[in-house]
Amino acid sequence: MKKYIFILTTIFFVVFTDAVKAQSEMVLIKEGSFVPLYGAVSKKPVVVESFYIDVYPVTNSEFLAFIKENPSYSKSKIKGIFADKSYLSYWKNDLDFGKANPKSPVTSVSWFAAKKYCECEGKRLATMDEWEYVAMADTKKIDARTKKEFNEYILSWYEKSKTYENQIGQTFRNYWGVYDMHGLVWEWTSDFNSIFLSGESRKDKSSDKNLFCGSGSVNATDLMDYAAFMRYAFRGSLKAQYSTRNLGFRCASTTKPK
Amino acid sequence: MKKITIVLLAFTLSFYGCKEVKKQEETKAEITKKEISDLSIYNLPSKWTTQNGNDIELKSLRGNVLVMVMIYTSCKAACPRLVADMRDIESKLDKGTKQNVKLILVSIDPKTDTPEKLKTFAIANQMNQDPWIFLRSTEENTREFAAVLAVNYKKISPIDFSHSNIISVFNPEGELIFQQEGLGVNNEKTIETINQQAAKI
Repeated sequence: MKKYIFILTTIFFVVFTDAVKAQSEMVLIKEGSFVPLYGAVSKKPVVVESFYIDVYPVTNSEFLAFIKENPSYSKSKIKGIFADKSYLSYWKNDLDFGKANPKSPVTSVSWFAAKKYCECEGKRLATMDEWEYVAMADTKKIDARTKKEFNEYILSWYEKSKTYENQIGQTFRNYWGVYDMHGLVWEWTSDFNSIFLSGESRKDKSSDKNLFCGSGSVNATDLMDYAAFMRYAFRGSLKAQYSTRNLGFRCASTTKPK
Repeated sequence: MKKITIVLLAFTLSFYGCKEVKKQEETKAEITKKEISDLSIYNLPSKWTTQNGNDIELKSLRGNVLVMVMIYTSCKAACPRLVADMRDIESKLDKGTKQNVKLILVSIDPKTDTPEKLKTFAIANQMNQDPWIFLRSTEENTREFAAVLAVNYKKISPIDFSHSNIISVFNPEGELIFQQEGLGVNNEKTIETINQQAAKI
């Protein structure tokens, strides 16, 4: 009996430490409010409640560990409804990400796969408002959106190619202690499919036709609006089964991670 | 002592909770004669509640042609027209094969649209009988289902949503085969597709 318990305890600790190791680092984002470029009703601030977010995007090696546990999300087995043909296209095979750096962000993943990964970690994807709220911070300020240098930094990244090959954690650490919100890869959000662009909104009664007015105006916030506009436009062009080489993800959690 | 063992064991197992259980999948595959196809919505595990308060899995609808639309019942602008479009489609279906078709209205506002609310709406619109079904689920499942249908929606005030106006047709295997976009558009092709599929059953 004693032996039995000993073995079980050992297993327990092995599993436990393993699980802790697998849990990626998160930081607390304190409640606040902001006016996002898109989605605020009559430009009223949106309140973002306190939540936790991963410090880094999910990496190739982390995603490989997930696939080992969930083979139905490997590139040969994933169902067509959950991912298009380009899913993990740069991976050599189901369990080998080839020449990609283990510490580079995993990309070419669909929204379904990203969502499932976070669920398996006991987490979820961040909402668009949450993500944008974290992303507006530079190294010192919670909201650096009106800073010229900050916007220039973001926009200069949009012009660079293949930044997805870089390792995580090499861009700046922002006010919250979060890395890589800009400069590495684009990221999935849970409600990416709540954006209405051109074609969609024309067919709709759409009360948010005017929300993109920023792109037409000429004022000091032009750069800031343009950077955000790029992100919203990109999200608006996505479908949940799409996967592209510059699109990765990170997870969030409403409650304190275990 | 035994108790501790059990607790430890349960705790240990819970860490593997997200691992896929292969055996279970296999038996499930045995139950349904044909395996669910790759592009089928019956791959979604989500649970839904009907206007009658019955909990169902989408899978239970397998074998029917499904015509689906996403709405919310407190909507004043687009939804009544979408509902009218659905009704128009229903009225033009082939009488001989109509029994193989289900017309389904899925709520994008599950907080407000309780089964009771859906029931009231169904009765008020004379849609509280076959082939009509109203469904609601959690906000997360709804978001996922919309993602599959490529329907976008956003809450824009406590009582209002912006949403895509798309009517989707699924074949008996649950594969999306046709979408009609817009309000009051020509529905000939939609009806033709539904009738063709329903005739195959």
